[in-house]
Amino acid sequence: MISIRLNEKKNSRQPDEMFPDLPDELFEKLDETQKGENEQIVRPSVSYWRDAWSRFRKDRLAMIGLCFLVVMGIAAIFGPMFSSYTYDGQDLSNGNQPPSAEHWFGTDKFGRDIFVRTLYGARISLLIGFVAAAINMVIGIIYGGISGYFGGRVDMVMMRIVDIMIGIPDLLYIILVMMFLGNSIESILIALCLTSWIGTARIVRSQVVTLKHQEYALAARCIGSSNLRILFKHLIPNSIGPIIVTVTFLVPSAIFSEAFLSFLGIGIQVPIASWGTLVNDAIPTLFTHPYQMLFPALMISFTMFALNFIGDGLRDALDPRLRK
Amino acid sequence: MVGYIVKRIVAGFLTLFVLITVTFFLMHAIPGGPFSPAEERKVPKAVLERIEDKYGLNDPLPVQYLNYLKNLAKGDLGDSFKQLDVSVNELIEQGFPVSAKVGMIAIIVALVVGIPLGITSATKRGRWPDWISMIIATVGISVPNFVLSVLMLFFFAVWLKMLPTFGLTTWQHYILPVAGLSFTPIAYIARLMRSSMLEVMRQDYIRTARAKGVHEMKVIYKHALKNAIIPIVTYLGPLVAALLTGSFVIERIYSIPGIGRYFVTGISDRDYSVVLGLTVFFGAFIIVCNLIVDILYAVIDRRVKMDK
Amino acid sequence: MKLLEVKNLRTTFQIDAGQVQAVRGISFHIDKGETIGIVGESGSGKSVTMLSIMQLLPDNARVEADRLAFDGVDLLKLDAKEMRRIQGNEIGMIFQDPMTSLNPLFTIGDQLMEPIRIHQKVSKAEARKRAIEVLKLVEIPSPESRLNQYPHEFSGGMRQRVMIAIAISCNPKLLIADEPTTALDVTIQAQILDLMRDLKKKFDTSIVLITHDLGVVASMCSRILVMYGGQIVEEGKTREVFYNPKHPYTWGLIRSIPKAREGRKEKLIPIPGSPPDLLAPPKGCPFTARCEHAMKVCAELPPVSVPVSDTHRAACWLMHPKAAKRRPEVTKHGI
Repeated sequence: MISIRLNEKKNSRQPDEMFPDLPDELFEKLDETQKGENEQIVRPSVSYWRDAWSRFRKDRLAMIGLCFLVVMGIAAIFGPMFSSYTYDGQDLSNGNQPPSAEHWFGTDKFGRDIFVRTLYGARISLLIGFVAAAINMVIGIIYGGISGYFGGRVDMVMMRIVDIMIGIPDLLYIILVMMFLGNSIESILIALCLTSWIGTARIVRSQVVTLKHQEYALAARCIGSSNLRILFKHLIPNSIGPIIVTVTFLVPSAIFSEAFLSFLGIGIQVPIASWGTLVNDAIPTLFTHPYQMLFPALMISFTMFALNFIGDGLRDALDPRLRK
Repeated sequence: MVGYIVKRIVAGFLTLFVLITVTFFLMHAIPGGPFSPAEERKVPKAVLERIEDKYGLNDPLPVQYLNYLKNLAKGDLGDSFKQLDVSVNELIEQGFPVSAKVGMIAIIVALVVGIPLGITSATKRGRWPDWISMIIATVGISVPNFVLSVLMLFFFAVWLKMLPTFGLTTWQHYILPVAGLSFTPIAYIARLMRSSMLEVMRQDYIRTARAKGVHEMKVIYKHALKNAIIPIVTYLGPLVAALLTGSFVIERIYSIPGIGRYFVTGISDRDYSVVLGLTVFFGAFIIVCNLIVDILYAVIDRRVKMDK
Repeated sequence: MKLLEVKNLRTTFQIDAGQVQAVRGISFHIDKGETIGIVGESGSGKSVTMLSIMQLLPDNARVEADRLAFDGVDLLKLDAKEMRRIQGNEIGMIFQDPMTSLNPLFTIGDQLMEPIRIHQKVSKAEARKRAIEVLKLVEIPSPESRLNQYPHEFSGGMRQRVMIAIAISCNPKLLIADEPTTALDVTIQAQILDLMRDLKKKFDTSIVLITHDLGVVASMCSRILVMYGGQIVEEGKTREVFYNPKHPYTWGLIRSIPKAREGRKEKLIPIPGSPPDLLAPPKGCPFTARCEHAMKVCAELPPVSVPVSDTHRAACWLMHPKAAKRRPEVTKHGI
């Protein structure tokens, strides 16, 4: 462009008339450091985990859930020690007693203290929930990691298998396996680990696939004999956020499945008390002694509430983009 | 479009085949055989022999398997081991219509209640309709359906004596079972609808619609809804599966003579033939439902044709 | 006759972290038949300004103004129904990204006929006829068959033409184009701009062209508003602003236009730094942190907008008489 210098005096009005009068010093040049002050203080940067934890803490429902779970856990582990009753100690003369100072939740038809049985049930349900979730997480990470990392044929085959498995509802598989394995806690755990890992596997796979392309440059720089596991140590930890969220929801799912099976009479057998069996046992006396079912039912519900709140809180804290 | 459907059908057959095989071998691998010693004494020898003959229980396993497949191809799902003169096909004929009726009503209720609940939640976000909807949804997701059903049974049928306790003779009989079956799906649908609507309402094309002067009602119910409902269509598959497994408990609680109850009874009776037969049936049913959902999805979202 | 009158428009957004002041008191007008350009970088408030006027902002936005009038009508006093009569009908708007601005599940025909049926209350057949006419106007070939197709079956440039068609379908008095060519290839860009120029000639529509590209503005607009940090820092006739810019930001923008000169290698001259945080806007001139001529007063007090000519204004302390020694020669900036 041509440089044109317009004669300001000719074409413009005197600026002096429009501007306020100000002291001369204000028209000194502003040096670089002073300019920096003009910018507001940037919030201090925090690590991903601290940031996530502070976000989680703000979610009141999630914190309530967490507290409940902790209290429940402690009560389940230590509670029965403080009670003089055991989960299978029958006292037939004292059967079907409503809640009292002696028996906080009352007694069932065999005179067993329901409160203690409920605590034992907590042990079993929580144990099953967390162990199943942990195992599923491991299986899911390995399966999804391998599938996503290697890609190509391996990925296609592995995902086809998953597609075929997913056509059938989980509970159907679990029931069938339970029939095969019998009715113990171990068999339930095995049954629960059959299909629940699929969700985790998919998440891990999609994360790995995304990160794989980002880390590609890193891979190129790696020494040729670099162990794949080293990359696993990079890729997987970077995807931990969504993985944690998915796994957190596996816990209530497992607890629900166990309770469901026990309720149908094909889960854990007497005299072991899980929440599901407690509810099942109380069906005949539902109309006469409703408290027998009420307490285990409430326990299940509150625990599921707590776990779901925690899961939602974690999801909001770890990945703000998923926020509702 | 056609290629898409064909691929889905083939995948479905494959899944079914795997299911049949796995279940078959699983059933036959259970220790103890179909009859425990105590029960064998109750059953007349002639009947035992007839069953062994028909199923070739003394043949090697692979032969039994092939025979089973052959029978399946003819549509014969086998006979009950425990109930004499009852075939699995008959059980299905008797039980399926009952379960299907309750199930269909439950699906309709779930959609009719869940979708508006979710939309209201999204459009009135943060205000009291949102809170109430989400509380209902959280309860539905957390409280297991059998717990809820038993509580409802106790509350409405026993305490308030407003509704009948079992069977399906009048329309009032349907209320509690349908409610028990649909409560959790309503919760999932409401939550899904809410997040889906919120996501869609943020999109640029919604802003374009408003810039054209379209009435807000139309923006929500025409422009946004069609896009937001896609995840719900995807959910229909798992919904049917959930209703299926839900029927196991609901039919037990309310003494409904449906296919779910036969299945559960078969399990506790160790009637492997029934379990196997019904599992195959359930599997086929779910696969067909998933196929229908996939087609529905492709119809609504034309982009699918292009990508797949 | 002023088609659009804006006095002291202020728009804020309420977010978790506080209040973002996206538009901080701007005033301007548009005359009938004019084409004006609003120039600025992302975050300057140029899009938010027009969206505020059109009432297309999300729920957490608050729009306030001393006066907001379109064709003599006070927009602030209108209810939703009356505003809808203006949207799509008297004011048409084109958005930046044609890929996401059209609903993927409805046909082009459906989306194009919608405003026609709403505002002109004609039958479906009539609307269809009109839709085909408009598609022809925006030079889309075989419009009859195109009506039944979906957005994903169109290319980016074609989609933008459809957006233009939708915006002009009811013969609006004012057309707002928010970065209409940013998401498109350069060659398509030229076509779209030509199209807009033709339409303007045919229908004498007033146009507001929002862009960060000075080249686009130079060829299309008679007047320019330069925005920075939610404020108008300079405004005037295109020639005035280009040949006698008064604000350092405008200098920076002009200087940063890459020049294609044969043989010589020249460095690109960007404006260093980044836009101010409008969550906590600086108290003085928003451009201070990035301005090489900044003075102490710039950090303390917001500059006053003063006239440079009847049609040209700028808001910069450099124009204060006491800033004479700081005032650089225009030639130094290589224009």
